[in-house]
Amino acid sequence: MSPIVSFIVSAIGLGMTLLYGSTGETLTEKSGHLNLGIPGVMCVGAACGCFAESVYFAAVGIKGTIPVLAVLIPMLATILGGALCGLIFSFLTVTLRANQNVTGLALTTFGVGVSEYIIAQADVVGPFVRGNKYFKASLPFADDLGWFGEIFLSHGILIYLSIAVALAVTFFLNRTRVGLNLRAVGENPATADAAGINVSLYRYLATCIGCGIAGLGGLTFIMDYLNGTWEYMIDDLGWLAVALVIFTVWKPNLGIIGSFIFGALYVASSFFAKYGISLSDQELFKMLPYLVTIIVLIITSARSRKKNQPPAALGLPYFREER
Amino acid sequence: MAQQIALECRNITKTFGKVYANKNCNLDVRKGEILAILGENGSGKTTLMNMVAGIYFPDEGQIFVDGKEVVIKSPKDAFRYKIGMIHQHFKLVDVFSATENITLGINEGKYKLSEVKRKVVEITQRYGFVIDPDKHIYDMAVSEKQTVEILKVLYRGADILILDEPTAVLTPQETEKLFNVLRRMREDGKSIVIITHKMHEVLSISDRVAILRKGEHVATVNTSETNEAELTELMMGKKVDLNIQRSEPKNCVDRLTVKNVTSVDENGRKVLDNVSFTAKSGEILGIAGIAGSGQRELLESIAGLHHLASGEIVYLDPKTGEEENLRDKTPIQIRDLGVRLSFVPEDRLGMGLVGNMDIIDNMMLRSYQKGKSAFLQRKEPKDLAEHIIKELEVSTPGATTPVRQLSGGNVQKVLVGREIASAPSVLMAAYPVRGLDVNASYTIYNLLNQQKENGVAVIFVGEDLDVLIELCDRILVINSGKVTGLVDGRTAKKDDIGFMMTMSTENDSEEA
Repeated sequence: MSPIVSFIVSAIGLGMTLLYGSTGETLTEKSGHLNLGIPGVMCVGAACGCFAESVYFAAVGIKGTIPVLAVLIPMLATILGGALCGLIFSFLTVTLRANQNVTGLALTTFGVGVSEYIIAQADVVGPFVRGNKYFKASLPFADDLGWFGEIFLSHGILIYLSIAVALAVTFFLNRTRVGLNLRAVGENPATADAAGINVSLYRYLATCIGCGIAGLGGLTFIMDYLNGTWEYMIDDLGWLAVALVIFTVWKPNLGIIGSFIFGALYVASSFFAKYGISLSDQELFKMLPYLVTIIVLIITSARSRKKNQPPAALGLPYFREER
Repeated sequence: MAQQIALECRNITKTFGKVYANKNCNLDVRKGEILAILGENGSGKTTLMNMVAGIYFPDEGQIFVDGKEVVIKSPKDAFRYKIGMIHQHFKLVDVFSATENITLGINEGKYKLSEVKRKVVEITQRYGFVIDPDKHIYDMAVSEKQTVEILKVLYRGADILILDEPTAVLTPQETEKLFNVLRRMREDGKSIVIITHKMHEVLSISDRVAILRKGEHVATVNTSETNEAELTELMMGKKVDLNIQRSEPKNCVDRLTVKNVTSVDENGRKVLDNVSFTAKSGEILGIAGIAGSGQRELLESIAGLHHLASGEIVYLDPKTGEEENLRDKTPIQIRDLGVRLSFVPEDRLGMGLVGNMDIIDNMMLRSYQKGKSAFLQRKEPKDLAEHIIKELEVSTPGATTPVRQLSGGNVQKVLVGREIASAPSVLMAAYPVRGLDVNASYTIYNLLNQQKENGVAVIFVGEDLDVLIELCDRILVINSGKVTGLVDGRTAKKDDIGFMMTMSTENDSEEA
């Protein structure tokens, strides 16, 4: 594999991890919830998936493993784990009226801690590293097509799913009545409320589903990118995913390209390592995605086009009878 | 008149904390009539209608629609009983098109915007609206936004329409257009409730008038059998003199000369275009114009808060007799010269007060620099706060209540009171009576008149042309940032001013 092709492949792998996070966060933010707990949610989601994989392998043994289940069970556990975090966030901010920023940051710290505990428990049950084999299963003829096969066809199921989810969320937001309602909730909850839309329900659901999707990002990172080994750096990626939401001006379809760019910038350091750039200088590359995000923020706010602005009610609580 | 009753409220009571917003309110609306609800601020007009529209839920009492008792717990329930409310603050999503806003929250099978658009066009033709269904709300003028609001409720098939102060933001011409649409709806058999405190509108549009005072229903009278004096008396519970005592301006000297001022906003659009005028001491200069024509920028320019592209603002200091160019000065220097801005923009709390701080602290915002010690002096601002509360009849639990918790009218009294207390030589007041009831408004007008008699140059930006004509000595009309006229308040005609406000704006707002 040529260095360029392997660079692109690993950029896609890391990028699509971010894509889940940013798609989930975009969905959440469209409801007006600024969930800064996404890094924590991705950790918890990944840990839940790994734990479920351990449990499944321990239960059926090597011979009894059904590939489809070895993929679906962790995914389901990840989505549930992520959604549970979303439920905590929504309960605190919608029902108990806590501040969204504080709640989100707390959720991140909480999530990182909890995920370490879950992983420790998973290790007690048994290894999950074998799950990588099923998650990375690619099309059989991919190897025969040279660089084209490497770049487009060699990935595991989660990579393709991330793109499908991003497109589905885009369609949902722009082309369905429920999507219109959701956007209205994030833009102007009082208006949505007066139109008979249940603001709390929409915020709960958008947050829980968004967190479920974000959780899959964590699972992708562990099972696909890191080949089934756990590493405590998912929360790093979580912040990148939050930045990516801004970078793509709240459009999940742009997120597909955006996540690739972010992925490429992030793995650029290890790519250039081969060309004699010192380890200390490599760290500089890791700030590139954030730098790009800042530039995008400057450009979008300078142009101040209404269409590229964050949801107007982002981060604001809504209580009907408050003046 | 044996008309059928469309909507009836019986013994409605609603409290917020310990305060009664409505107390045993009774009201009935007939089919095919326009009912005006008249009342002071805080008399519970909007609260009562909010309960009918499902925004609030009554503590006690019953609501009947077409003779049947109904429970309205949410706006959705209200739609089910064909009740639609157009709120004072528009409930529209800025980044959506008119059509998207109209279909929002309605579940009618397949989601197809083109179908919604077709129906919207049908309704507009039926009642004579003019609107582009694809236009985004952020591109719209206020009157267009209001049209979208009305279309929203009509689209849902509302038979009972409630309009909360619909004319507050419209020019006389736009108001007349709205009233024509409302009359057409009445002919169509719809019931219309219009909340307002503009007396002449009540008389011109309504069939009957319901009067609320302090949360209670006082009377409902037929419009044809009543007059302004009677309505006011019912509303206030006492006779009031509704004439502004305009004195002849005395000792007029030029105090502030604005010369060829031009200013552009961040999009490069001219918000002020070659504006020139002179404000004289001892007179009230009114500024008339549609909302957003540059009034705000003009006042901010004078106060040093807005950057000018060109032109100059010359202030003649009455103490020294010297001319000062305000353009080069900081807002604090300008303030120290005695140029005071009591600005009350659209969002009531506005730029002058800090909502979370109490009245005393807000007084201190203007005086904290005066003290010499490192610690704040609380005595003076406290006295001032108490003085204002007493003089202007601010209803507040105390001087230490956060301003945010006061009603809009009281917030404005605090703001205007503070600026006047600083003995200004130029007093600028923008919309100082917005949202205030008749009584409070006249308190403010009298305050301004007092200032004028004290030799202050008063600049008053208003929206009610009747008031401008009654109060001001001269009226400057601005339109899209340009001065389109300067008329004498004693001889000016409302229609002429209205014409000057709108004459060359077809390009910008497409209202014609």
